[in-house]
Formats: sequence, C-alpha cells, structure tokens
Amino acid sequence: MIAYAIRRLLISIPVLIVSSFLVFAMIANSGDPLEALRVTNPPTPPETIALEAKRLYLDLPWYERYWVWMNNLWHGEFGPSVNVRENINTEVWTRLGVTLRLVLVAMLLALILAIVAGVTAAVKQYSKTDYTVTFFGFLFLATPTFWLAILLKEAGITLNQIDGDPESRMFYTYGDRSVFLDDPTWWNKFTDVAGHMILPTVSLALITFASWSRFQRSSMLEVLGSDYIRLARAKGLRWRKVLTKHALRTALIPLTTVTAIDFAGLIGGAVITETIFGWAGMGQYLIDSVTTRDVYALMAWLLVAGAIVVLFNLIADLLYGVLDPRIRHD
Amino acid sequence: MTKQLETVNKADTVAEFTVKERSQLRIIVTRFLRHRLAVASLITFLLLIVVAYGGAALWKYAYTDITPDNSQPPSLAHPFGTDGIGHDNLAQVLRGLQQSIKIALMVALIATVIGTTWGATAGYFGRRVDNLLMRLADVVIILPAIAVAAALASVGQGSWFTIALIIGVLASASVSRVIRGVVLSLREQDFIEAARALGASDFRIIARHLVPNTMGPLIVNATILVAVGILAETALSFLGFGVREPDVSLGLLINQAEGAVRTRPWLFYSPGVFIILIALSINFIGDGLRDAFDPRQTRVRQ
Repeated sequence: MIAYAIRRLLISIPVLIVSSFLVFAMIANSGDPLEALRVTNPPTPPETIALEAKRLYLDLPWYERYWVWMNNLWHGEFGPSVNVRENINTEVWTRLGVTLRLVLVAMLLALILAIVAGVTAAVKQYSKTDYTVTFFGFLFLATPTFWLAILLKEAGITLNQIDGDPESRMFYTYGDRSVFLDDPTWWNKFTDVAGHMILPTVSLALITFASWSRFQRSSMLEVLGSDYIRLARAKGLRWRKVLTKHALRTALIPLTTVTAIDFAGLIGGAVITETIFGWAGMGQYLIDSVTTRDVYALMAWLLVAGAIVVLFNLIADLLYGVLDPRIRHD
Repeated sequence: MTKQLETVNKADTVAEFTVKERSQLRIIVTRFLRHRLAVASLITFLLLIVVAYGGAALWKYAYTDITPDNSQPPSLAHPFGTDGIGHDNLAQVLRGLQQSIKIALMVALIATVIGTTWGATAGYFGRRVDNLLMRLADVVIILPAIAVAAALASVGQGSWFTIALIIGVLASASVSRVIRGVVLSLREQDFIEAARALGASDFRIIARHLVPNTMGPLIVNATILVAVGILAETALSFLGFGVREPDVSLGLLINQAEGAVRTRPWLFYSPGVFIILIALSINFIGDGLRDAFDPRQTRVRQ
C-alpha cells in the first residue's frame, strides 16, 4: 500500500506541472497585468511602468516567464505579485487558513446532518420522515449556492434590524472577522470570529448536505437489504444493535471517500460563499488573481488547491482499502 | 385434412404466446412512465422550454426593451415587475431561461460525447493508453473553470457556446472516469471476447458493443449533467465569468439583483425560482431514468 501511495504521489507531479503550464499559458496570454497602471489619471510615468514590467518579468516571452517561475518555485518562492505590497507566500497560507476554517466547520455540520438524515430516511423507508428528508435533499441539490447564500445573508440582516436598534446584531453578514474590536480580549476575539462563521458555514453546509444525505440514504438501504443484516436479525440481535454495529459501520464507508473528495474540491472552490460573505479566502484569491491577471498568485493558488485535490483523492482511495477489506491496492 | 391441421396448429401457437415480446427500450419506457414524479418532472421541464421560447415570442416586451416604468413591483402590466432601468423582468427572465437551458443542454451533450469517447478508449485499451488518458483527466479536473473562462472570454466574445464548451470540456473529465469504470468491467465479459474472436476491429468493438452497453449510466449521467450545467453556468455568470451584458442569463440576473434584494425583491426571487425548478425537475427525471435502467438500485426488499 505504501508503494502504491508513493507511486500515485509521484505520478501527480507531472499532472500538476502540466495543468500549471496550461493555466499559465492561458492567463499570461489573455490580458495585461499592468492594465490598471496604464489607465491611471494622471498617467503613470513610463519609467514606472517599465520597472513594474521588469519586476514581473514581462519583458520576457511567456514561456520563459514560466521557466523563471519554476526556478523561483525550486527555491521556495512563488514569484512576484502584481500587487507590490503583497507577498504571495504569506498571502496564500493566510487565505488557506481562512478557507479551512470555513470549510472544515461547514463539512462537519453537513456530515452530521447527512448521516442522521440519511440513516433515518433509509431505516424508515417510504415514511413521512423519508419523504421530508428526500424533499429537502432534492431541494438543496437544486438550489444555486449563491442564491441560498444571499437569502441567508438577507435573512440575517432582517433579524439584525428586527429590534429596531441599529447597534445590536445577532449575525455578522460580512467579512471573516471584525476589522476593529473595542476590547480585544481572547474571549471577545473568539466570539467575534465564531459569530462571523455562522451564516457562511450554514449556507455551505446545507448545499453540501443535500447530496451527502442522498448518498448516505442509498448506501444504508443497500446494506439493510444485504444477507448479513438479515442473518443478524435472524440470530435475534436487538434491532438497535444491528443498526448501529452492523449496518451503520458498513454504510459509512462510501461517504468517507465522498467526503474526502468533496473536501478537496471545496478548498479551492468555496468561491461563491466567500464572495458573498466577503471572506478573504482561497476562492477570493482565485477570483482576484484571475481578474488582475496576477499569474504568479494564480499559480500559487493552483499548486496549493491542486496538491490538496491530489492528496485527498489518494486518501479517499486508501481509506476505501483500509475500511473495506475486499478492496486491495497493489 | 392436413390443411385443417395446419390452421389448428397455427391457432395454438398464437394462443400460446399471449405474453408479447417486449424490446429493451419498451421495458425502460414503461418503467419510467410508472415513476409518476419523474414523468411530472419531464412534463415540467418540457413546459419550461415551451414557456421560455414561446412565451418570449408572444410577450409584448423584448428583453432589450426599456419601458418608462422603472422599479415597478409585479403588476398586471409587468407580472414580474421591472428593474431600475425599466427592463420588463418577465422578458428578462424568459431570455435568461432560454440561455441557461440552451447552455445546460449543450454542456450535457459536449461532456457526454467527449467523456464517453475518452472513457471508452481508456477502458478498452487499458495499460499505457488508460494511464495516459486518466492522467489527462486528472489535469483537466484540476483546471479552475473561472480561470479558463476568464482567459477565453476574449476569444469567443463571451458567447453562450464558449461558456457551454468550457463547462462541457471540464465536466467531460469526470464523465470519462465513470464510463471508463463501466467499460473496464464490460471488457472482460464473453461477448467482447466473442466479437474479438470474430475479427471485429477495435473501433467496431468500442462503438457497437461497449458504448451501447454503457447506455444506462451514460443517459443517467447526461441527465444529471444538465442540472450540473445549469448550476455551473449560473454560478459562473453570477461571478461575472459567464454570460455577460447585454445578454441575459439567470445567474447574471441574480447578480444584478444582489444589491436590491430588500428594495426590489422580485428581481432576486424570480430567476432563482426558475433555476431551482429546472434543476429540480432534471434531478427527478434523472432519478426516474436510473430506476428505469436499473431497478435494483431503489427497490430494496426489507
């Protein structure tokens, strides 16, 4: 299994290189990163523009710029950002932390919801509970993330205004933390950050929960219909014990792999939730770097997000092998 | 005498086969029709298409028309209200519906055709070819749609087809994985061996034997892809990387209404409800099709 894992990780290196090359080629050739400097009023002196171009290696053809980037990367540098004040290395890790905070909590919430809902729906198939869970699963599956997020945000604002006092608020609807705190004690900081998390995590969790609960329901149904469950019941084991010890354990296996893969996808892609709630996370970084044609920042995003996708796909496959002894990797 | 006997025999045979022979397609259609929710969803979806195209043609305002009534709440003259400039919101939503459905169907078509060819080739040839094609799938899956859409925005002038092509090609990588999995298990079966023994070419085996046998998962996948396409397109348009002004898409409409949820809620809710309606009906159709192709999956005996 270790040999298999190492082989998979080695294969992923050329995969990351090829996709970074493709994205670099596309973005480097599709716009001018110094556009903003050229249209300022009063006009930016040409020497400044020339210096900026030099700093960003724009005097080289794009494929040479890619090579320069690879060289920088070899020395642990992600390269110069279009934004002079920004250091890509520190920026990307800070943002990864912000996104992780959002995604981890949202996934945990979604996971608990999905398992409870999915298992209940399967055990009581074709009951009212089942239909309710199925209905909401399908509804959230069909709801656009951005629409739900705006809806929750507006609901939050309405609830904040309900008591007529503009100073008080229950929900924070913008940013991942307050810019300024009156009394920055440890506890105040914590509640401030937690308060900012409520709406974004709930909206992300509801969307994620939808497909997971469907998934959990069908895997639980499959297990409940299998012979060994019938045997367990025939032996006279209590139903509750059969459910928790025999059925649930097996039925959780498929969800673990789905969780691992979806988690990886969300790290680079909680784009919409971050945009609407104004979180400076990875998704915002992707949008910002694409719109400003900040190709080195985009490359840093791609490497981090891509590496996580590769890693978690591998973890998903390995987990499957560990949890289900019928599957072996060699 | 012999003649009489013959007629009797014939009558016997007719009587014997009262159970009609049913084709595979027939069975699937019957099973699908039994799924009431799926049939209702299919009708809803078809109605939505009719409303999007027929309604837009019949409605008195075009989506580009600017009426003197701006920021009007829903009324008889403007059932969905108007926006800040004076566009009739119903005309805009209908146009958005057309664009979004068109893109979603094209996404499903592109992703299915490319993904099936890709996956079937990889699964059938195995080894080197498989390895290469699946690593290519890994590469494509990592590509961020936003970056690709932004880079190609200037190429296709942001037309609906460019957007469909981008989403479709990116989605085809995951389709190829699904189809590859199915083909891998089919490849080892006897009828493929038999076809090979008869001297069928690789292309013939893939096109005549493997692809038709993946039809079940393929059609279900294509249906789900329509829903994926709608959600991906509206999300891209919402973020400003999809359909652009002056054209209209449901996602773009929601983007423009984001700042006015409080003051002009009709602009925000109407496109959203249509996205949900389409995606919901597509998902139910997909569910019905899945049951029709593979009844084992849902009817579990307890």
